[in-house]
Amino acid sequence: MSLPQLKLDATEARIAALDLPTDGWAAPARADALARLRVMGLPGARDEYWKYTRPETLTAVEAPVAAVFAAEETPVFGTVDRLKIVFTDGVFDAEASDDLSLEGVEIARLADSADIHWAKDLYGALETAGQTPVMRPLATLNTAFASDGVLLRVTGKVSKPIALIYNHASEASDAILHHVVKVEQGGDVTLLESGPAAARFNNVLEVEVADGAGFHHVRAQGRDHQRRAATHIFARLGTESAFKTFTLTANGVLTRNEVVVELTGDDALCHVAGACMGDGEFHHDDTVFITHDAVNCESRQVFKKVLRNGAQGVFQGKILVKPGAQKTDGYQISQSLLLDGDSQFLAKPELEIYADDVACSHGSTSGAIDEDGLFYLRARGLPRGIAEDLLTIAFIAEAVMEIESQELQDEINARVEAWLERRRG
Amino acid sequence: MLEIKNLHVKLEEEDKQILKGVNLTVEAGKVHAIMGPNGSGKSTLSYVLSGKDGYEVTEGSATLGDVDLLDIEPEERAAAGLFLAFQYPVEIPGVGNMTFLRTAVNSQRKARGEEEMSSTEFLKVVREKAKSLKIDADMLKRPVNVGFSGGEKKRNEILQMAMLEPKMCILDETDSGLDVDAMKLVADGVNALRDEGRGFLVITHYQRLLDHIKPDVVHIMANGRIIKTGGPELALEVEHNGYADLMAEEA
Ligand SMILES: Nc1ncnc2c1ncn2[C@@H]1O[C@H](COP(=O)(O)OP(=O)(O)O)[C@@H](O)[C@H]1O
Ligand SMILES: [Mg+2]
Repeated sequence: MSLPQLKLDATEARIAALDLPTDGWAAPARADALARLRVMGLPGARDEYWKYTRPETLTAVEAPVAAVFAAEETPVFGTVDRLKIVFTDGVFDAEASDDLSLEGVEIARLADSADIHWAKDLYGALETAGQTPVMRPLATLNTAFASDGVLLRVTGKVSKPIALIYNHASEASDAILHHVVKVEQGGDVTLLESGPAAARFNNVLEVEVADGAGFHHVRAQGRDHQRRAATHIFARLGTESAFKTFTLTANGVLTRNEVVVELTGDDALCHVAGACMGDGEFHHDDTVFITHDAVNCESRQVFKKVLRNGAQGVFQGKILVKPGAQKTDGYQISQSLLLDGDSQFLAKPELEIYADDVACSHGSTSGAIDEDGLFYLRARGLPRGIAEDLLTIAFIAEAVMEIESQELQDEINARVEAWLERRRG
Repeated sequence: MLEIKNLHVKLEEEDKQILKGVNLTVEAGKVHAIMGPNGSGKSTLSYVLSGKDGYEVTEGSATLGDVDLLDIEPEERAAAGLFLAFQYPVEIPGVGNMTFLRTAVNSQRKARGEEEMSSTEFLKVVREKAKSLKIDADMLKRPVNVGFSGGEKKRNEILQMAMLEPKMCILDETDSGLDVDAMKLVADGVNALRDEGRGFLVITHYQRLLDHIKPDVVHIMANGRIIKTGGPELALEVEHNGYADLMAEEA
C-alpha cells in the first residue's frame, strides 16, 4: 500500500530536515525505524487515530515558535530527594545534572553510546511492538532521530527517584529524546519527568519491567503556554511486575500523550493515570492502549481533565484482552470537569475482549461543577473561588491517588493548588 | 437578631410562588421552632435565607443584626453569623472533612478580619467537640458526608455548627432519620450551644425533637405563610390534632 502523495511529501520533508546518527550500537535500530517511517508516513489529519487532535504542528518541518516561560517560582519535585538529569532544549546539561551514579542502577546516555550496549535489544523494540494494531509514526520518527536520552538498567531497589528535568530556553527549539529503562528481576525504580523541554518535544520512553520488578513514573508537564509535546510510553510487563505511571499536565497549547502497555506475564499490575488542567488555548490528548496477554492481571486507567475558556480534552483509551488472558481485571475511567460552556471533552473508550472470564469496566463523563456541593461549601463560609478550587482538587483526586508515593502525591497536589490559585488571582 | 419581614419568594425558573409573606423575628438567646406539613415552604425559607440559587425574592426583607442578608453572597451570610444545618447534607467526594472544616473556620475568620486558627489549635478544638458528638477520628478523615449514615450526617452538621459558632442557627429537620439515641446526641449538641447571644430556628416536622430542644416560641407554617404562633404548647397541640384543624381555621 503506498502513501497518499501529500503524506509522503510531508514525511520526506520532515526526514530531510533531520540528521540520522549512523554510528554506535543504536544505528541499526535507527535505520530500521527510518525505513518503517517511510512506509507508514507521519500522521495526517485524516487518520482515524488523529480524529480529535490535529497533528500538523507536531509533524511540520519546523517547530512552531513557543515563547519561553519565566522560571518557575517553585519547581515541581523541588523538595524531593532525587538524582537530577537535566536537558535544556533537548541537550544534556552536565553542569546542572548530578553525577550519573546511584546504587542499584546503571545510568548512561544514548548520545554517549559505544558499539555494544545492553539497551541494544530494547531500543526501538518496544516501540516497534507497539505499532500494531495502530501505527504511532511519531514514535518511529523518534527512534530514528532521537538526539539523546537516558538508558537505565535497574538491578536493585533504587533508593531515590531519578528525575529528568527538561528546560526550555530557545523559542524555536525542537527536541527529540528517547529513553530506555530496563528494570531487572526484583528491581524497583521511580522515574520523574518535569518541565516543558522545548518549543516542540517528541519524547519516547521504553520500559521493560521484568518478573517481580516495579516501575513508578510521575511526570509533570508544564507550564509553558505555547509549547507542544508528543510523548509515547511503551511498556512490557513481566510476571508479578508492577507498572504505574501518572502525568499532570498544566498548560501547553498541544499535548498528545500515548501510553502503550503490554501485560505479558501473569499477575502483573498496570496503572496509567493522568490529570490535566487547561485554560484557554489548550488541547490535551491522552491515548492509551493496554493489551492483556496473560492471566490474572489488573490494569487501571484513571484520567481527569479540568477545562475552561475553550480548552479541549481528548481521551482515547482501549483495553484489549487477548484469548487466554483469563481473570483480567480491567478498569477505565475518563472524566472531565468543564468549568464553562466553551470547553470540550471528547472521549472514545474501547473494550475488545477475547477471553470469557474477565471483569472489565469503563466509563466516561463530562460535567460542570456540582452546584449543590458548591452551595454547601459556600454556606459554610468558603468563598466561591476557594470552594470551586476545592471541588476541582477533589475531582482530580482519584487520579492523583494512583500515585503510590505520598510525597509525590503531595508534590502534584501542591502544583494543582498553585495553578488554581494563580487563576483565582 | 433575625428579622424576616413580609418575605415573598418564587421559583426562579417557574411561576410558582412558594413563600407568600413570611414574618418572623428571632431574638438573641431564644429558640424558635417552625412546624408545618410537608411542602409548606420550610426548607425554602432556610435556603433563601442562606442564599441558595434558584429562588427569587419578589417582596420583603431579611436581616441579621444590621446585615441585609438578601443582598450578599452565601459565604458572606455565613461570615455574618448565619448557619444552616441542612435537611439533606451534601456529600462531597474527595474533600476531607477536616480540610473542609478548617477551611470553613478560617475563611469566616478571614472574612471578619480575625486571626486564622492555627492547625494545632484547630485540631485540639475539633477533637474535643467531635468527641462529645461521638464523631470518631475516622469520620473526621473521610470525605465530607460520603458514606455517612443519616445520623452521622446530622451529627456532622452539628459539629460544623459547633466549630463555626454562628450567631443564628437554622436547623432544617435535623431530627429526620434519627433514632432516639442519635436525636438525644444531636439535641445535646444543640443545647450546649444555647447562649444569650445566639438565636435558633428549629424546623421540624414532629414534636419529638422539641422535647429535647425546648423552644421559646413555636410557629406553624402552611402554604408559604406562618399561620399561627404560640408557646411550646402549640407543638403539643399539633402533635395531638395534626395540622388539619389549624389549616381549616386559617382558610
Ligand atoms: N427548587 C425547586 N424546584 C421546584 N419546586 C420546588 C423547589 N423548591 C421548593 N419547591 C416546592 O416548593 C414547595 C415547598 O417546598 P419546601 O420548602 O421543601 O417545603 P418543606 O420544607 O416545608 O417540606 C413544595 O411544593 C416544593 O415542591
Ligand atoms: Mg423541608
